Amino acid sequence: MLKDITLGQFFPGDSVVHRLDPRVKMLMMVAYIVVVFLVKGFLGYLVLFAFLAGATLLSHIKPKFLLRSIKPILFIVVMTFVLNVLFTRGEKLLVEWGILHIYWEGVRFAVFMSLRLVFLLLGTSLLTLTTSPMALTDALERLLKPLKAIRFPVHEMAMMMTIALRFIPTLLEETDKIMKAQTARGADFDSGNLFARAKAMVPLLVPLFVGAFRRADELAMAMEARCYHGGGNRTRMKVLKVQRIDWYASGVMAGTLCLVLLERLL
Amino acid sequence: MEIIRASDVWYEYVNPDETGEMAVRGVSLSVRRGEWLSIIGHNGSGKSTLVKLLNGLYVPKRGSVTVDGIDTQDEERIWEVRQKVGMIFQNPDNQIVATVVEEDVAFGLENLGVEPAQIQPRVQKALEAVDMTRFATVAPHMLSGGQKQRVAIAGVLAMRPDVMLMDEPTAMLDPSGRREVMDTVERLHKEEGMTVVLITHFMEEALRGDRVIVMEKGKAVMEGKPREVFTQVEELKNIGLDVPPMTELAHRLRADGFPIAGEPMTVKEMVEELCRLKQGI
Ligand SMILES: Nc1ncnc2c1ncn2[C@@H]1O[C@H](COP(=O)(O)OP(=O)(O)OP(=O)(O)O)[C@@H](O)[C@H]1O
Ligand SMILES: [Mg+2]
Repeated sequence: MLKDITLGQFFPGDSVVHRLDPRVKMLMMVAYIVVVFLVKGFLGYLVLFAFLAGATLLSHIKPKFLLRSIKPILFIVVMTFVLNVLFTRGEKLLVEWGILHIYWEGVRFAVFMSLRLVFLLLGTSLLTLTTSPMALTDALERLLKPLKAIRFPVHEMAMMMTIALRFIPTLLEETDKIMKAQTARGADFDSGNLFARAKAMVPLLVPLFVGAFRRADELAMAMEARCYHGGGNRTRMKVLKVQRIDWYASGVMAGTLCLVLLERLL
Repeated sequence: MEIIRASDVWYEYVNPDETGEMAVRGVSLSVRRGEWLSIIGHNGSGKSTLVKLLNGLYVPKRGSVTVDGIDTQDEERIWEVRQKVGMIFQNPDNQIVATVVEEDVAFGLENLGVEPAQIQPRVQKALEAVDMTRFATVAPHMLSGGQKQRVAIAGVLAMRPDVMLMDEPTAMLDPSGRREVMDTVERLHKEEGMTVVLITHFMEEALRGDRVIVMEKGKAVMEGKPREVFTQVEELKNIGLDVPPMTELAHRLRADGFPIAGEPMTVKEMVEELCRLKQGI
């Protein structure tokens, strides 16, 4: 059952959005986040919405699927909304009930802040839905390459991410196996109070950790046997090249940015 | 022509086990180009340690190992040694690095700094050689054990090695996976002339080779053609090793007074020999 867990939420496909250079997509993501924070009024959100809706349509990702990604932070969105409604002071009083004062400005601001969160999440989700974790790692390594000059271990970090991505399914499978083995011997993972349950995890975690260390040891040896010696002099099979559609996409992003800036000035 | 030469090699781990003995004690051997050398011996006899000395993963405490004339102690040329002598390990999971099959096959080439334009065709060819082309873009954890092991072999092949060292590559596989991997190795050996050094606990795998070395307590105690080695049933049993089932049967029949001639090792040979005997009676 644990094996069914997919990593991240990548949704394989062959749309224009999928095919964009992951480096360009990542930079667009940064620009998008900046734009979200620049938006000043609802007109700005309208522009952002148009951008996001267009991108989603092109990606062939079902809107329902994209919206589902809000679920994990729904609580935070609601909290943000409620707190802002309750604690923002203004001039136009809407409701007065005991010590509760709800102002028109409060409602406005609450909607505004909640929308900001929602837009941030939808944008990043669209990126992870259309880009594999591996492509993201790869893009990150290439984009951060200049940081090597200040001795930031870019390659090592990317290698760690790759290995983590590679071994998470393997370790999950192993957890599943150990869990079944311990259950067969009478271990109980699902009942009792929190303390009892935490205690039941010990016979699960110990073999898992021991196994992980043994794996790490063997993997290091196998990597050395295949001439791995860090990032120096290393080449890559995949060459990333910025295509014409990447320029178009960047153009649209820049246009969105301009419109939102314009809205801010007006 | 010899490709690997080990002369009087000794090796001791930094934290040796209770016995305090060295793991490899004075082994000399040579691997000839194009041959298939099998290494057998029971647990802890030093087989894995020995092969790790052959590609410079370990350097000998005493004695020397040369690969195509390069000493494995030469740190400047160690990557050349590892390119010439590829290695497949026992656990298929713990030797695959990348999250996609073709990326993993490319891993060694990327480390060697091969031009990107050349990597793709070499990866393709290596995947073809192990019949895994269909799985080029699949995630490794979706593959069976035998398929993972074939991916590992492709990763080594792509580096165009002279020798392939294999440390019990089929120990964790089911019978069909074992056959899949051994057939691949045999094909590479026969058709491409790949030199193979195979550690195994399965005597029928050792039988496929040209030469067998038996390890015991860190020493090479027997060496010869499979037929020569496996017919020394008593000696093998003394060091706690099995012999191929048909050799064992022949040995027992002889002990009971049946005049088994020659050395039948496979079921087919045994059947022929028994039919011959029956007609004679
Ligand atoms: N990393 C290590 N540290 C310390 N001692 C080790 C290490 N690896 C192996 N040894 C010891 O070295 C000796 C030889 O081990 P080796 O793994 O080479 O045997 P093997 O013939 O490959 O056994 P197996 O059939 O179990 O794989 C053993 O006594 C073992 O305990
Ligand atoms: Mg071993």
